[in-house]
Amino acid sequence: MTDATMTPESARPSRSLIHEDARTKKRNASERRFRAYGIAAIFTGLFFLVALLAAILSSGLPAFRQAVVEVPFTLTQEQYDAAEKALLKTGIYTDYFVTSLTQTMESEGVEIEFDEKAIERLLGKVGGDLRKFYRANEDQLEASVSFELAAASRVDRYLKGTFAREDLQSGNRFFMPEDFDLIDAMRDAGLIKQVFNWNFLTGVDTGVDNPGGAGIGASVLGSFFMMLVVLVLSLPIGVAASIYLEEFAPKNRFTDFIEVNISNLAAVPSIVFGILGLAVFIQFAHLPQSAPLVGGLVLTLMTLPTIIISTRASLKAVPPSIRDAALGVGASKMQAVFHHVLPLAAPGILTGTIIGLAQALGETAPLLLIGMVGFVARYPGTFVEGFIEPNSAVPAQIYNWAARSDAVFTEKAWGGIIVLLLFLITMNTIAVILRRRFERRW
Amino acid sequence: MPVIWLTLIVLTISAVGFLMGRRRALVSAGGDSRNLHSLPIYYGSNALMKSVVPALGLMILWLLAQSLFIDSRIVQMIPESEIAEGSNIGLVMSDVRRTADGLSKAVDAGLLDDETARNAESDLEDITQRLKDAGQVVTGQITQTVLQASQAYRAMSQTSNLLMTIAVLIVAAAGAAWGTMESSKSFRARNTVEQGILALLIAAASVAILTTIGIILSLIFNTIEFFRLYPASDFFFLLEWAPSFSGRGGASSLGILPLLWGTLYISLVALLVAVPIGLFAAIYLSEYAGPRMRSIAKPLLEILAGIPTIVYGLFALLTIGPILLSVFGDNGLGWMQGQRAVLTAGLAMGIMLIPFVSSLSDDIINAVPQAMRDGSYGLGATKSETIKQVVLPAALPGIVGAILLAASRAIGETMIVVLGAGAAARLSLNPFEAMTTVTAKIVSQLTGDSDFASPEALVAFALGMTLFIMTLGLNVFALYIVRKYREQYE
Amino acid sequence: MNDMRILERDVDTNDVKIAAKGVQVYYGDNHAIKDVDVEIDDKTVTAFIGPSGCGKSTFLRCINRMNDTIDVCRVVGDIHIDGEDIYDAKVDPVQLRAKVGMVFQKPNPFPKSIYDNVAYGPRIHGLAKNKAELDELVEKSLRRGAIWDEVKDRLDAPGTGLSGGQQQRLCIARAVATEPEVLLMDEPCSALDPIATAQIEELIDELRQSYSVVIVTHSMQQAARVSQKTAFFHLGNLVEYGETGQIFTNPVDPRTESYITGRIG
Repeated sequence: MTDATMTPESARPSRSLIHEDARTKKRNASERRFRAYGIAAIFTGLFFLVALLAAILSSGLPAFRQAVVEVPFTLTQEQYDAAEKALLKTGIYTDYFVTSLTQTMESEGVEIEFDEKAIERLLGKVGGDLRKFYRANEDQLEASVSFELAAASRVDRYLKGTFAREDLQSGNRFFMPEDFDLIDAMRDAGLIKQVFNWNFLTGVDTGVDNPGGAGIGASVLGSFFMMLVVLVLSLPIGVAASIYLEEFAPKNRFTDFIEVNISNLAAVPSIVFGILGLAVFIQFAHLPQSAPLVGGLVLTLMTLPTIIISTRASLKAVPPSIRDAALGVGASKMQAVFHHVLPLAAPGILTGTIIGLAQALGETAPLLLIGMVGFVARYPGTFVEGFIEPNSAVPAQIYNWAARSDAVFTEKAWGGIIVLLLFLITMNTIAVILRRRFERRW
Repeated sequence: MPVIWLTLIVLTISAVGFLMGRRRALVSAGGDSRNLHSLPIYYGSNALMKSVVPALGLMILWLLAQSLFIDSRIVQMIPESEIAEGSNIGLVMSDVRRTADGLSKAVDAGLLDDETARNAESDLEDITQRLKDAGQVVTGQITQTVLQASQAYRAMSQTSNLLMTIAVLIVAAAGAAWGTMESSKSFRARNTVEQGILALLIAAASVAILTTIGIILSLIFNTIEFFRLYPASDFFFLLEWAPSFSGRGGASSLGILPLLWGTLYISLVALLVAVPIGLFAAIYLSEYAGPRMRSIAKPLLEILAGIPTIVYGLFALLTIGPILLSVFGDNGLGWMQGQRAVLTAGLAMGIMLIPFVSSLSDDIINAVPQAMRDGSYGLGATKSETIKQVVLPAALPGIVGAILLAASRAIGETMIVVLGAGAAARLSLNPFEAMTTVTAKIVSQLTGDSDFASPEALVAFALGMTLFIMTLGLNVFALYIVRKYREQYE
Repeated sequence: MNDMRILERDVDTNDVKIAAKGVQVYYGDNHAIKDVDVEIDDKTVTAFIGPSGCGKSTFLRCINRMNDTIDVCRVVGDIHIDGEDIYDAKVDPVQLRAKVGMVFQKPNPFPKSIYDNVAYGPRIHGLAKNKAELDELVEKSLRRGAIWDEVKDRLDAPGTGLSGGQQQRLCIARAVATEPEVLLMDEPCSALDPIATAQIEELIDELRQSYSVVIVTHSMQQAARVSQKTAFFHLGNLVEYGETGQIFTNPVDPRTESYITGRIG
């Protein structure tokens, strides 16, 4: 130790610990600043989450409510016979309705004059509905029947406060300025009430002339059929691929090549899978355009890497001693894997699959390219048609509504997001519960 | 659906094969399964496997080959002169296919007798009308050529289907018979079945390779097709994006540069939002927060990652856009014209990327060994000094990798920009202006009504190719960095 | 090294540097240190010996409050350095750790250059006014760490590229560079080969001239070779504390004797 030339005395005088020197003060201040940045970052992130949820709930919940006008109405046999003899039958029914409504409101102390055109603008083709009802239920003639009539979307929005008198520049065939007075009058007479909008959950897409009637039902079914395809294909293929890679694959170039492919596919933008679907499934294989089958195929390819990665992790978590035990009693390697390893890894595999499905359920971009955004106004007729008839999917339907300019459709889009998120929350909750219940620590 | 029925019949045959193979093995062992080489179920499975796999494989291959073969024959039937101005063979072919389909459906529905459907001399007006009555979509008037081609198409399809059914059934039966014949007590059924299963496992693992090949082929062929119609130099260097809406080419300017600029600009804004917030959140959670705070804040932040991008798209368009407009719009500072802007999409995308950056960085920061921190604390460094001067430099390669992965996400993101960024391609520095991106244009070029053979549609594939190469490059590079980094501390 | 040497070693009487009284340490529910009283002298090498898990490292980490970085760890009792309570609410652990340096079991150089490793402490504590002073300080510390000759030509090379023994001496140089008054060493040689161990031990002996050195060691021979005073820990208790020669030749407590003769531990 020739270079250890030392001076016996300490280089600095002894320092007190109690007194914070100036430099330490500065350093501690910068420490506090740094810490504050961290807290600020977390709260900014959480703020965005809250803002997002607030926007979704505040804009989307109204889509589940629907204003209806509840009117007591009595039709006499005479009126019925007269109407059925007339040339414009539904028009007569509408006249009856207008008269009845005017009387009802007068009895509530509200007086206003209006014509059948206004009724049709606010409540749709009331005459047709009435006629249909009485033709089917002739025994209800002479009795007082309470009709619940769905109000038009603008009435709905006016009542919800998202459409005001100032918003209406001039009247059109959908709405006239004086209609506001009629709505007010009906409200004052206590005829309007808010009910849960079942039609939004069960209905199908509608055209721009009836935005209020649009529902998300058909596209939920489209998503359902797609997820069925994804589940049926991606689970077996994903598990088989993982078993091969984790248990049987020799260490060679081919295996490496598969691994590189999987990790890269996991990061390929989803839209590229849409291009693949368009080129291969539709242009090359001539599968039907806009069909949930094709959507399911594309999403399967997209979900596979996710499922493979999580399945491999759960297979890897099963300790080698289990395999050794099975091999030790003379099981073949295949038997060891299928009888012992796979059942032990099943909860993990299931969890990963559900999370993969949830991801696929929310995916939109590839569906746009294979044409699943078209206007779909009917439910598929049979189970097979559910796969091959053109349909939409929940996220694609949301996109479709968001792209239309009508504010009612915007509200529907937010409402659709609530539906979509409810599905996702359910799936993720199931995944979490599965993991908690069955997770095994080795 | 004959394919479904055929599949069911094949499955029935193989089930019979299963039972026969199992029975024959047991008989050969004198009814005592202990005399067999393998469990009886393996003899049955052997017969089942040999019947199902080749039969269904043949069916799938046949169906693929059939459409290619018939298409090429039909194409020869259609004279060049029949292809209308501005149309192309692809459109005519889809007409033919549709008409053939319509004919079949009309016959099924009983609106048309098979004779008429086959008769080449049938009256065009009449057929068109009947098809319309049958609810089949018919675009305009069917020409004589299309009708004849579709009749030929139908005939060939029917013959081919018949042949296929026969071939598939023969193969299935033969396979079942083979498997049954093999069954005897000394046959190593388990080994055979396991080899078959292993082959299936390998096939499943190869799907990943097939997908990649599928992506590359579908991009390459269509991109080459595009460059035959449109000069590559214009695509790469033209500073203007203005597709003609007639879909007839010529007048379109399809330069990728404005789109690339929009993509990169929006991604940059997104990263400027996501990286500081995500990184600081990760630092706080891994270095400062107690277990309680961690167990609450971390899952909450990760909710942001589980929300589908369409939600962020809507949030950008309907919440962020209006808020920005009220501050920077005409009623405020007057910098912003519409709700859709670089900033609108960039902010939403940034929010989406926060959990992505934070959870990746969290992993990476946690991988820095505690000994490193102890060394620094032992010298009297404060926590923030330790983080800034020891932990972060040590984690830097990993964090760079994480940011690159986030960038690749941002570049490939579609729904947020489709809804939030706008449709006009612009080369501008103003973040309050609407711009468009590569992904947004892929969507708009492929969802319009223009036909797939026009340069306006094909350009989407060239854009897709660019996107694919960019993100792939970023990913490969980022994963390489992250892996190198992990190895360093293992 | 000849173990007999300890008998001849003159033991100076020095001032007390660290005084601990009634120290208890809990890890969650686990009572790791039970009522330890000890006075550690200045300019002396004090060795903590004992079987694994006896609490000697835990106690060492109390002296510069490294246990603060472990969430579940709780320390009760008084530890005074130069008469000041280091667990006083007014004491900044950062200042404390600058005064009480520490060398860890596994060499842990930062992933920086050799120069930056050593300059790290002086930089954060602002010990050098300019580059020249810093250069001088780095050189002095590396010389004290007995590694200057080996690294002087490659100060820009990463510290992680050195051999294990060199890394540990670099870490000692790094600790010395902040000019501490006490140097805590937590089994500094357990990850090193015998040659590197001998170099470190020689270095420790020289460091004694300027610092109060506390060393935790697994090896009784090492304790006998380097220390003037020895404390024996067993199951969280300080069993015996005294001059090294006396502990090894004539222990008072039967447990100490059992450990030294190899019957427990």
